Amino acid sequence: MTTPLVRLDGLSVRYGANTVLDHVDFEIEPGEIVTVVGPNGSGKSTLLRAVIGGITPSAGRVTRGAGLRIGYVPQKLVLDSTLPITVGRFLSLPRRASDARTRDALDRAGVPGLQARQMAALSGGQFQRVLLARALLVQPDLLILDEATAGLDQPGAAAFYRRIEEVRSETGCAVLMVSHDLHVVMSASDRVICLNGHICCEGTPQVVAEAPVYRALFGEGTQGTLALYQHHHDHDHESHNHKTPEDAH
Amino acid sequence: MTRAALAGVGTALAAAPLGCFVVWRRMAYFGDATAHAAILGVALSLALSLPVFVGAMMIALVMAAAVTLLTGRGYAMDTLLGVMAHSALAFGLVAVSFLSGVRIDLMAYLFGDILSVSRIDLAVIWGGALVVVALVAWRWSALLTATLNPDLARASGIAPQREQLVLTLALAVVVAVAIKVVGVLLITAMLIIPAATARPFARTPEAMAIIATILAMIAAWAGLQASYQFDTPTGPTIVCVVAALFAVSSLFDGVRRAG
Repeated sequence: MTTPLVRLDGLSVRYGANTVLDHVDFEIEPGEIVTVVGPNGSGKSTLLRAVIGGITPSAGRVTRGAGLRIGYVPQKLVLDSTLPITVGRFLSLPRRASDARTRDALDRAGVPGLQARQMAALSGGQFQRVLLARALLVQPDLLILDEATAGLDQPGAAAFYRRIEEVRSETGCAVLMVSHDLHVVMSASDRVICLNGHICCEGTPQVVAEAPVYRALFGEGTQGTLALYQHHHDHDHESHNHKTPEDAH
Repeated sequence: MTRAALAGVGTALAAAPLGCFVVWRRMAYFGDATAHAAILGVALSLALSLPVFVGAMMIALVMAAAVTLLTGRGYAMDTLLGVMAHSALAFGLVAVSFLSGVRIDLMAYLFGDILSVSRIDLAVIWGGALVVVALVAWRWSALLTATLNPDLARASGIAPQREQLVLTLALAVVVAVAIKVVGVLLITAMLIIPAATARPFARTPEAMAIIATILAMIAAWAGLQASYQFDTPTGPTIVCVVAALFAVSSLFDGVRRAG
């Protein structure tokens, strides 16, 4: 068995009285694509931040492999319109990237030749791909995407995830992502984790899609099926904030 | 006159590049709060017979630290800053009135008194300006990344809080050196107006910082000349020139967008 890139042991995160993550055990292997799904406020982004090292856990431990390189694609990046910056300069932050590597990263991300454009002038899809290119520049062992397709339409999102899969097969990096585009994402994943403050269930996309908890959280698209659905489980979700139908889109 | 011109240009050099970050990070009010607090520092320095620079800088630092610590504890940032900025100013003004025996010209600290700049003041201004420019140049990439997005910075191994601290330190130095030149009430103008004026002409952050610095220096010099010519207070005159440049730049930008 290979050593995991990142491993969380009994991780809990609290903001004041609010427990966002409760005893989460998780690990990701090299080359694996893992998707985290869950309703709003279920701690998905917090989980990613813990993996990156952006938050201090209230309990538990985060172990990252030595010399692990993480490429991070944020949910959305609001560029203040007062900050003028070209794509090329943006890709050279914080460390200067050579023109050749910049070109290569943009090619891989599927947006060749954008170097001289202003970031503010890009379309939503182009912007996300530039963020992807930026993450690829560090030649990451682990690519982390936080709802990277939030502003894209469905074909745009699907194309974006196809690109991610291609990047994975080209470079062999592992991918950890959070998404709302469940159907699109799940087909591209090796493993899916259903999160709602704690890990409700996990497994292959098939297993999770059929799991009662997953269906309870996301339904099958309609309020009706949800209402009919009988809840059998070994733990209750009362303490967590359930938001269901509108999140399933 | 030469000394006054050098003092103005030195202040412009310190304020303009930092001002770009103040604009990008929407910290204008934060700059105001730090600057207003400095008047309390002035009172303290006079009471303790310390150089004004030292007291102003210390209080500016305390202010900045207090705001950073209190952020996210229930009040919105602008409410918090409004409370702190104006209370610090009020306490400072009251504290100054307690200083019996010392005759001080309050107007000189509120609006600056560039014509009374001594050789030592000049050394402090240029020393401070060089420290700020060196600090900002050294941390440039990290500051810029943290400004774009804190999570992006963390993923690249940059601690956004540390960069915030660097900016805070630099801001305290700018406030301390600019008191003599434009006074506490107008320091924020020297920070943000040149940066905002430079924006339409810049395609990269570096270009924006350089253009802002040049504009600020021109304005400092031109403002000084104008204040001689028309016998007006120098600090406010410098700010008027910067404001006029901003108006021209906005007009130019408006015309270009329309065309």
